Amino acid sequence: MKKKKINIAILGTGNIGTDLLIKVMRSAFLNCSLFVGRNLNSKGISKAINLGVTVSDRSIDILKENPDLYDLVFDATSAMQHIQHAKIFKELNKLVIDLTPARVGILCVPSVNLAESLLENNINTITCGGQASIPLAYALGIVHHSIEYIEVVSAIASKSAGPGTRVNLDEYIETTEKGIQMFSKCKKSKVILILNPADPCIDMQTTIQAAIIDPDMNSITNEVNKMVEKIQKFVPGYQLVVPPTFEGKRVIMTVRVKGLGDYLPTYAGNLDIINCAAITIAEEYSKTLTSTKSRK
Amino acid sequence: MKRKIYIHDVSLRDGSHAISHKLSKEQIVLYCQAAEKAGVPSVEVGHGNGLGASSLQVGFSVLEDFEMLTIARENLKKTKLAIHVMPGFATINKDLRKAFDIGVDLVREACHCTEADITERHIAFAREKGKEVIGALMMTHMASKEILLEEALKMQSFGAEGIVLYDSAGAYLPGDVKEKISFLVSNLNIPVGFHAHNNLGMAIANSITAVESGAQIIDGAIRGFGAGAGNAQLEVLVAVLQKLEYNTGISLYKILDAAEIAQEQILEELPSIKNLSIISGLSGVFSGFAKHVSRLAKEYELDPRDIFIELGRRKVVAGQEDLIVEVALDLKKLNSTNNINLNG
Repeated sequence: MKKKKINIAILGTGNIGTDLLIKVMRSAFLNCSLFVGRNLNSKGISKAINLGVTVSDRSIDILKENPDLYDLVFDATSAMQHIQHAKIFKELNKLVIDLTPARVGILCVPSVNLAESLLENNINTITCGGQASIPLAYALGIVHHSIEYIEVVSAIASKSAGPGTRVNLDEYIETTEKGIQMFSKCKKSKVILILNPADPCIDMQTTIQAAIIDPDMNSITNEVNKMVEKIQKFVPGYQLVVPPTFEGKRVIMTVRVKGLGDYLPTYAGNLDIINCAAITIAEEYSKTLTSTKSRK
Repeated sequence: MKRKIYIHDVSLRDGSHAISHKLSKEQIVLYCQAAEKAGVPSVEVGHGNGLGASSLQVGFSVLEDFEMLTIARENLKKTKLAIHVMPGFATINKDLRKAFDIGVDLVREACHCTEADITERHIAFAREKGKEVIGALMMTHMASKEILLEEALKMQSFGAEGIVLYDSAGAYLPGDVKEKISFLVSNLNIPVGFHAHNNLGMAIANSITAVESGAQIIDGAIRGFGAGAGNAQLEVLVAVLQKLEYNTGISLYKILDAAEIAQEQILEELPSIKNLSIISGLSGVFSGFAKHVSRLAKEYELDPRDIFIELGRRKVVAGQEDLIVEVALDLKKLNSTNNINLNG
């Protein structure tokens, strides 16, 4: 018998929203009932029309007027906009998975706190750099308690950063820093984002550096490898390219994220890592919906 | 007398690269006082990569941003206090607000030359707070004049009151300067400037070419004190511009005094064009990478020139210092497996 899919809406038709749409269309648990933005001529909307998805240029208003059409909504607009949207979805009592760095709801890294996150009505997927680095920072935090300082530098291809990402650089930094601290329990964190214009485009790359005086490299390597394996289950292109290395008073490691090439080519691993996280959360939610019907 | 040229002094910011961001309180006091006496219009202070950049990635500064700015503020009266800010490193809430509270006058809002739209919010915020804002396009050897104009126009529309083209890798020759600067000058309503590096020995020549192509703002550093091979040597600029009868408003004797103070009290060594600077200029890689490359080359027993050339091939930009480790590891692997000679 065919499983019943839950209906989802996607708000925001930029790079993130459109890539998400393609991933949703592959999901055995999710059905995109509405794909909404502000401009019917945008590339994202055209793509959606070609895919036969219902679209609208009335953005948040159409979602407000038709709450029965969807069970959960992905917000892929911008941090400033999400702060407004969050109030509306709260009133409508809809679960929202927020892909902006607005940090209104619980910060969720699926490989670490998925179950706990599903108890909330607003789940924030932090940032692409956060999804790439926080699980590894968490692994470091398992081995070394209260690390003095963790620093995360992500480089993404310019072409993969749409207007929403560009206008949200400050929120990106502050939200990722917060996430690193919360999950690793380190004392201080610093996050840097580089947009790399190189042509051909570079793959998304994230380096985690931790100031640890006397690191237990065996345990670190072990925890990191376990975590990488876990992440690879839902982000196949997630790869440790520099294994944990002790160099000049710091432990440094680098991951590269190749995307699936759904909307943008494979260099845009930044879209995949955050969208795969969002899909994982939504699918897990759909399972809870179909098994029990009760939510807080 | 010909027209006025605005000289912007980056010694205490770009020079930070040359001393691994170890500026001390005394050094900032001494230099700010000397620059003030010489009538330098503005002095930029901070970590080499700007506000909020102190990090493992690009090196920690000894003094925090806000200590440096406070000290400089106390010692600058007529001379403006300036900062270099790159979105992606610094944020409004963590960094800009505090810098403005300290009393920064002038903001160089900087980004890689094709990414101007990331500066929109910072520029708007700084203008709203009544600050003077200049848009800084970096690594401009990597983009055509048409693209540079497009990006400059974006910054102008956000509120920038001038645009400076940075030759961050010291890769320009005078012909490139003439082409790009004159194109921007004839298409923008705001002043245009040039920020030189001396990797190929062209810093002064390029700066003068910029002036003769219509640039109104020229960056210089005392004794050339800046990343890699250094910047356009400020006191030489003042002398040459004086000879060409441009008006900089800077006293030549007093800027020469400042140069002596800096040489004795701040510089660890005089900037010179070392082999690696030449290679970095040729490969178009940001000059600030030199120290990291040398350190890692030693550690992994590699030829630093190979590292630079590989970095150039991968088109790295400032801030991607972590890639040096990866390149070093890759080259090491190559060397040990099949002994390939990359100098070819």
